[in-house]
Amino acid sequence: MSLVRVDHVSFGYTANRRILDDVSLDIAQGDTIGLVGESGSGKTTLLRLLLGLARPDSGTITFDGKPLEPGNGAFMREFRRQAQVVFQDPYSSLDPRQTIQSIIAEPLRSLKIAGDHAKMVGNALDAVGLDRDVGTRFPHQFSGGQRQRIAIARAIVPGPRLLLADEAVSALDLTTRIRIVDLLAGLSKTMSLLFVSHDIGVVAALCRRIVILEKGRIVEAGDTAAVLANPQHPYTQRLLASVPRLNLNEVSS
Amino acid sequence: MSSATMTAPADKKSHSLALMAGILLVGLHVAIGLLTLVWLPYDPTAMAGGRLEGPSLLHWLGTDRLGRDLFTQMMIGSRIALIVGVGAVAIGAVIGVTLGLLAAFASKWLDDALAATLDILIAFPTLLIAMLVVAASDTANLWSAIVALGIALSAIVARLTRILAKRVLVMDYITAARTSGSSWPKIVAIHILPNIWPTLSVNFALQFGLAVIAEASLSYLGLGAPPPNASWGRILQEAQGTVYTAPLGAIAPGIALVSLAIGVNLLADGLRDAIDPTRRAR
Ligand SMILES: Nc1ncnc2c1ncn2[C@@H]1O[C@H](COP(=O)(O)OP(=O)(O)O)[C@@H](O)[C@H]1O
Ligand SMILES: [Mg+2]
Repeated sequence: MSLVRVDHVSFGYTANRRILDDVSLDIAQGDTIGLVGESGSGKTTLLRLLLGLARPDSGTITFDGKPLEPGNGAFMREFRRQAQVVFQDPYSSLDPRQTIQSIIAEPLRSLKIAGDHAKMVGNALDAVGLDRDVGTRFPHQFSGGQRQRIAIARAIVPGPRLLLADEAVSALDLTTRIRIVDLLAGLSKTMSLLFVSHDIGVVAALCRRIVILEKGRIVEAGDTAAVLANPQHPYTQRLLASVPRLNLNEVSS
Repeated sequence: MSSATMTAPADKKSHSLALMAGILLVGLHVAIGLLTLVWLPYDPTAMAGGRLEGPSLLHWLGTDRLGRDLFTQMMIGSRIALIVGVGAVAIGAVIGVTLGLLAAFASKWLDDALAATLDILIAFPTLLIAMLVVAASDTANLWSAIVALGIALSAIVARLTRILAKRVLVMDYITAARTSGSSWPKIVAIHILPNIWPTLSVNFALQFGLAVIAEASLSYLGLGAPPPNASWGRILQEAQGTVYTAPLGAIAPGIALVSLAIGVNLLADGLRDAIDPTRRAR
């Protein structure tokens, strides 16, 4: 059964410009999907709709079979617990004036999740490979990669079933990027992952399925290995051609 | 002193020096202001000596043209300046921060309308707006001056708050707070205010100085607190006729004003640096 179903969704920030055009997408329980498209193609906008931060102009989005209703407080609280997000810019995603402990505990507090919050934060820090004692420190004391780990800890602390990663590794240097992709790959064993990227190479390494978005329309979708081995749409072919050294053998293995 | 503070970087040392100077200057005025509530060297409204006496052991700053002790009046002036500064900034902060946050959250056309109104208000000097407000209320007293100054300052605070809040609102940590289930009031309280506060507080210190100077100007123009409230502006006004024979009456209020304004600014800068985690060393 699909965890998230996006059904013929269209959306525009203003009436005269469509950003998403008739988008349909299924995220199955436990699936790992790469959402690929050039900058400006509408990837972040789609995530905002998936998170219930904006409403589709037409079409529906369902989570666990129930439509997203930003007005329904009780439903949204349960939904927020289950769907979490990590952003691209590690310098903008952590409040500079909060301690790491209070940053990671925010979903626990705001969603009124029962349990020992300090312990749950400690477990989340363990899971992302940070020392438990960093809780008293502030974001400016950490590198970009460490901040991204903190952001991931905040996302996984309420125990979500769906993790949305919006270019979560794009701003990192190569070695850090590989480590964070490894971390996400590990997490994807226990939750569904929608991994947004304009980097096909990373998607090939991480995602079982791939969805290609061009100017707000899904132009190609399917098994990552199959799509990359035999891209049908010219846009996908162009995207692939722009990747310098993609090892297709590794992809299809 | 511990070795840690001995090896602190030079700019950190000068920061804490500035904070100390701020505490001393403001503390001095506060101490004097509080003292006036329980004790004064002379009756501020009665003749305490001859007219326009020079400084002496009995009258440290001499006497004015009515023979009143100038030092006594300067002490009362400290109290009035503090009340005016704190009162006007508090009023300006409450109105200004509220309006600024409203504008930052408002729909586009309401935000544009508020922003344009604020820009027009700010184009007028604070003093002019305050004068209009005082003129509109039928009695000129200390409180009408404070309210007038607070209203005039609120436009400046509102514009700054709006800009700062908008800058914070586009941050990903605000979106993260929303997907964490935090309500907007909570987001304002725990993310927006703490992140705009350091800049706001330093601005409040500037406004404090502006308010004290503007009150002196209002008093100087006869629109401030009426006698026997010896505000520094009134002392200045009363001394201007005799400035060549008894210059202290003009010099003392000026020095007091500048020392208080500088003290408050040093204090605000120092407190921000001490409290703001992003400014503390690693
Ligand atoms: N808040 C907004 N208001 C108006 N237009 C926006 C807003 N956010 C994004 N857009 C526009 O929507 C389009 C898609 O943006 P986005 O979803 O961020 O793309 P991507 O994440 O794929 O780079 C862009 O043309 C962008 O200019
Ligand atoms: Mg984006």
